[in-house]
Amino acid sequence: MSFKTAARETLQDAQLRRNIGKATTLIREKRLRAVAELPDWERLRDAGEAIKASAMATLPEQLERLEAAVTAAGGTVHWARDGAEANAIVASIAKRVGTDEVIKVKSLATDEIELNEALEAEGIHALETDLAELIVQLNPDDKQSHILVPAIHRNRAEIRALFEQTIARGQSLGNEASAIAEAARLHLRNKFLTVPMAVSGANFGIAETGTIGVVESEGNGRMCLTLPRVLVTLMGIEKVLPSWQDLEVFLQLLPRSSTAERMNPYTSLWTGVTPDDGPREFHLILLDGGRTQVLEDEVGRAALHCIRCSACLNVCPVYERVGGQAYESVYPGPIGAILTPQLRGLDAAPSLPWASTLCGACYEVCPVKIDIPSILIHLRGRVVREEQSKLTPEALAMKGMAAAFATRRRYEAAQRLARLGRGPLAKAAIPGWTAMRDLPEPPKETFRDWWKRERGEG
Amino acid sequence: MSAAKAEILTRIRDALGPSPVVPEIPRGYRAAGSIAHDGVVEQFCAHVAEYRATVHRVADSEVAFAVRAILGEGKRVGVPVGFRDLGMPVVEDHGLSVAELDALDAVVTGSALAIADTGTIALVSGAASGRRALTLVPDHHICLVAASSIVPSVPDAVAALGPDAPITLVSGPSATSDIELDRVEGVHGPRVLDVIVFA
Repeated sequence: MSFKTAARETLQDAQLRRNIGKATTLIREKRLRAVAELPDWERLRDAGEAIKASAMATLPEQLERLEAAVTAAGGTVHWARDGAEANAIVASIAKRVGTDEVIKVKSLATDEIELNEALEAEGIHALETDLAELIVQLNPDDKQSHILVPAIHRNRAEIRALFEQTIARGQSLGNEASAIAEAARLHLRNKFLTVPMAVSGANFGIAETGTIGVVESEGNGRMCLTLPRVLVTLMGIEKVLPSWQDLEVFLQLLPRSSTAERMNPYTSLWTGVTPDDGPREFHLILLDGGRTQVLEDEVGRAALHCIRCSACLNVCPVYERVGGQAYESVYPGPIGAILTPQLRGLDAAPSLPWASTLCGACYEVCPVKIDIPSILIHLRGRVVREEQSKLTPEALAMKGMAAAFATRRRYEAAQRLARLGRGPLAKAAIPGWTAMRDLPEPPKETFRDWWKRERGEG
Repeated sequence: MSAAKAEILTRIRDALGPSPVVPEIPRGYRAAGSIAHDGVVEQFCAHVAEYRATVHRVADSEVAFAVRAILGEGKRVGVPVGFRDLGMPVVEDHGLSVAELDALDAVVTGSALAIADTGTIALVSGAASGRRALTLVPDHHICLVAASSIVPSVPDAVAALGPDAPITLVSGPSATSDIELDRVEGVHGPRVLDVIVFA
């Protein structure tokens, strides 16, 4: 389904629009205050941008350094060319551990490769422990709509009703958000304490030291990273940071851009395996999954700098109205519009680069200064060039038009044909154009015919 | 080298071309050591309180009294092995099982350092902060922060910390922003955080 078609559906949902509008308005104001506190914010953005660009330019070296450091600290590093390969690695570890259940920290990379579905097919249940992920997982018809808060399209009353039908059946939770959080706590508590294997994503992987970082709020991340015997972390290859010092930049940029706080409640940093503290076994899976394809495009590759803060979603006038589900991807909003078509291939999501008004608000808030509007325009150009190279009706029409304009005789013949062919026939030929617009009526007589009649052959 | 690794590295090198441009990193932001320490204790206490943690400022000699005042009588309280005397019965963490940790009412630990700018406490796995599970499973964490360990900024903290032991940066009690993007305290981590700043 194209973005335009999907957006038309979500635009019908007034409740969804109200829920998203309320949340994004609140977070936009908070973000401005959190950012204004730092007098060196723009210099941090400059550093963030350069660190990411430098990491990408030296990626083979950084990944090999990361692998060496993780291995030296007692971890095991796996490489996965695509999602299927990564999913198979996770499943094989779970089978060796002998568990039919794993607990998960919110991870966009695992959503991207549909790890939960792949594990389910192997008889292994993946339990999401992040509150919003749980909300989405509890309703089989629901889909994620935001990279930071996947259930942003649900308000408190809707979440309460969902919980009262599922994990808190028969209870009355009341209207306090804390009661909803408490229900999630009780539901997951025993799982945290007993399930032997966890799967996480990674916000950073530091090449210099082999340290992995996960930034979170609820403590479900700490539970998964600390209590199970075996930990598997899936990390996109673009998440690597060259040096330990780089943390000082991203630990400032990320929380203020995402939840608009000075700092998120919990950040976990660990290096391999530590005796007497945490998992006995640590596996790091480095995922390509289309990222090297993004890297091939010199303009578009900056999309790989994204640190998944979601500030661009929260300021986007298009996202605010259509919601995240219309983007039909793990990555919605402005960053999704440039990342999804590149990760999956332009063929798979050719309409997404048009899911924007090019207002530029996304570029202004991006903590690593990804020039999203310029990449959108660049990708539109790529889509058009690729379309032109195929024999689509539009491309054929353009070719026909070029031929018709080439000689006077053909041009005049075409004008006569247009007069004959107006109405139902033309509408059937170009339905996308005429669904929202009237096809202009060709004049009964062309200027050329009039001239010929009045003044004779010119 | 695995086939997958070899192929991914080849794909990256092909994508980057023979001589990719590596930009210089402009570190013109406020670096470690560039912000004065004046007022860091007050700033730290104010920022931690904004996360709805409870902050207590006491003299070093009053720490045990402050802990007992917070906890009252009859609580099962865990501490790292060899922790300072609190003048009350405690359970030392000689590798307590998860179930034993879950049975504790509270835990008292030290910390490695704290950050004034963000109201953040750094727990570093070891003698002072304990291991990670100790400060995670019990629902109430009382954390001791030496006023002298408070640094002004995030870069100061990153410069002082290292990769040798697991680190947990804690900024307030467990919370979520998943309901209408508003911060609500109390999900899976400790729901009550008391911070005792001593000098």
